[in-house]
Amino acid sequence: MYKSIVLVKQVPDTANISGKVMKDDGTVNRAMLPAIFNYEDRVALEFALQVKQKYGGKVIAITMGPPRAADILRECLYMGADQTYAISDRKFAGADTLATSYVLSEAIKKIGDYDFVFAGRQAIDGDTAQVGPQTAEKLNIPQITYAEEILDIKDGKIKIRKKIDGGFEVVQCKYPCLITVLKGAAEPRPFQAKRIMAYKGAKTLMELEKMVEDNSLLYPDKLMHEYEERNLFIPTLTADDLAVDSERCGIKGSPTKVHKVESVVLAGGNQENIPPTKDGIGALIDKLLEDRIF
Amino acid sequence: MHNNEVWVFIEQRNGKPADVSFELLSKGRKLADSMKGELKAIVIGHEAKGIAKETFKYGANEALLVDHPDLKLFRTMPYSRIMNELIKKHTPRIVLFGATVYGRDLAPRVASNTRSGLTADCTDLKISDVKYLGKEYPQLLLQIRPAFGGNIVATIITPDVPVQMATVREGVMEMHPVEKPHKEKITEVPYNPIDMDGLLEIIEQQREESKVNLKAAPIIVAGGYGLGSKENFKLLHELAHVIGGEVAGSRAAVDAGFVGSERQVGQTGVTVRPKLYIAVGISGAIQHRAGMQEAKKIIAINTDPDAPIFDICHYGIVGDAAQVIPMFIETYKNKLK
Repeated sequence: MYKSIVLVKQVPDTANISGKVMKDDGTVNRAMLPAIFNYEDRVALEFALQVKQKYGGKVIAITMGPPRAADILRECLYMGADQTYAISDRKFAGADTLATSYVLSEAIKKIGDYDFVFAGRQAIDGDTAQVGPQTAEKLNIPQITYAEEILDIKDGKIKIRKKIDGGFEVVQCKYPCLITVLKGAAEPRPFQAKRIMAYKGAKTLMELEKMVEDNSLLYPDKLMHEYEERNLFIPTLTADDLAVDSERCGIKGSPTKVHKVESVVLAGGNQENIPPTKDGIGALIDKLLEDRIF
Repeated sequence: MHNNEVWVFIEQRNGKPADVSFELLSKGRKLADSMKGELKAIVIGHEAKGIAKETFKYGANEALLVDHPDLKLFRTMPYSRIMNELIKKHTPRIVLFGATVYGRDLAPRVASNTRSGLTADCTDLKISDVKYLGKEYPQLLLQIRPAFGGNIVATIITPDVPVQMATVREGVMEMHPVEKPHKEKITEVPYNPIDMDGLLEIIEQQREESKVNLKAAPIIVAGGYGLGSKENFKLLHELAHVIGGEVAGSRAAVDAGFVGSERQVGQTGVTVRPKLYIAVGISGAIQHRAGMQEAKKIIAINTDPDAPIFDICHYGIVGDAAQVIPMFIETYKNKLK
């Protein structure tokens, strides 16, 4: 029986980015972009679910993000997560990887008593691959990054095959430990129809509050109780819940600052248009031969 | 006051130093010079004195050497602990790591422990005085990297922390041996294992010397997502074979499975400076251009006349690769007859 905590992130779909979505301070106006479940985090969840399937245990998915990130927590439930937490607070906004890892590590400590923390290697909105290792450091546990396959778990150790430059390593690590997972490591299971039916109504506190605002016939306490009873309540952990040092959260706790953002002015001016014909290409090849490129 | 030291973590594989570490020393030399500071190489390994000696060729003033049988292979725990302790003791102004698998494993761990700023995959590094939010900061490290999405380059700074850290991909900086190396100064630092260092053990390690060496190829034929299929990529192999080049791909092409990741050119792949770069079906996002714009000549082939790649190429061919490339091959063969 193993308890796994999976770090998941909702990311802007970077395939759909244009200059319009950049704010003046160089950060991205995420509200302008379609938000998706970071793919490698789904692979990480798949890893955790496979551990549960094989050895038994529990899978808990957590995300730090704005209220709408609850969407991917529901998707975690559809895939098979036993429980999810939203980590959300205005104080967490604008966090770089260091501030993010601080809050995540405090949330993981609060949930506690875990064997494995799984995360995608990196998120597509920054490609930094920093949050996993930074979180492991704050938890003071070992890490295995770029994991490709779980080979075995026994005697308090997990055996993993991981990528290195130009090859692979098989490592054995005492847990608790943190594992970051590569894209090709596993195929995330699809959402299960039964679970979609069961959990599509799952809501965070903020979402319940929104429902109350929109409908004066509802009473917040009663509503929350009802959702808890039906196992449809997604708990939210705030700065107060985690008793974090607000100087280390969000923008305040982020040492990296965007100083400047520039649109790239392309060099240009010297391009020669070559017609896609035999003559055109022939003349080009002559030029390249002349310049001793060939 | 800061000591203005620039440190470079020297990575090694099978006892051989990684190119990226020497590329970073060359860049680090320039950064240190512009701050009038020293450049130090951090060498961790076993029987690694030879590697420490080599760092002076690339401008190091001093090498800190941590040499112990337990450190023969890279492992996160002991390596990060050693870096953390050294950084806390000496507070260098800048620490640079290669953006390799090991570097990207180690650097965030160290940044987290020392609460330093860290920017991944920088494509340029500079020293400059900066005014930020009304306050003057002398001699900050400008960490320059394409920001996600379109044609945007972000300059990241870490103004309020003592140690500024960055990772850089292999090939991005150029390796220059210095004319007059400093006198060798190797300072050995003892290593005292603790229990935590042994939590992870390496059972097996396999590595093949990469058969692909894009950095050394004089001609590169690169394909993008625009090619549409692995099948069409065969055309590129054919062209590369005929004109004596290597095949490469953009990230989108690698993600689509058209070509292997060891052949990826761009910010998160390899940076190349060939004599000729032929970009086929590549739109030319900044992340890709970061890896190839210093090619001596660039030919772009794309069906979309508005593709940004045409703005940086020397010769642009608007057309379908499936027609243009066979035509290119045939014409080339005829010329050389």
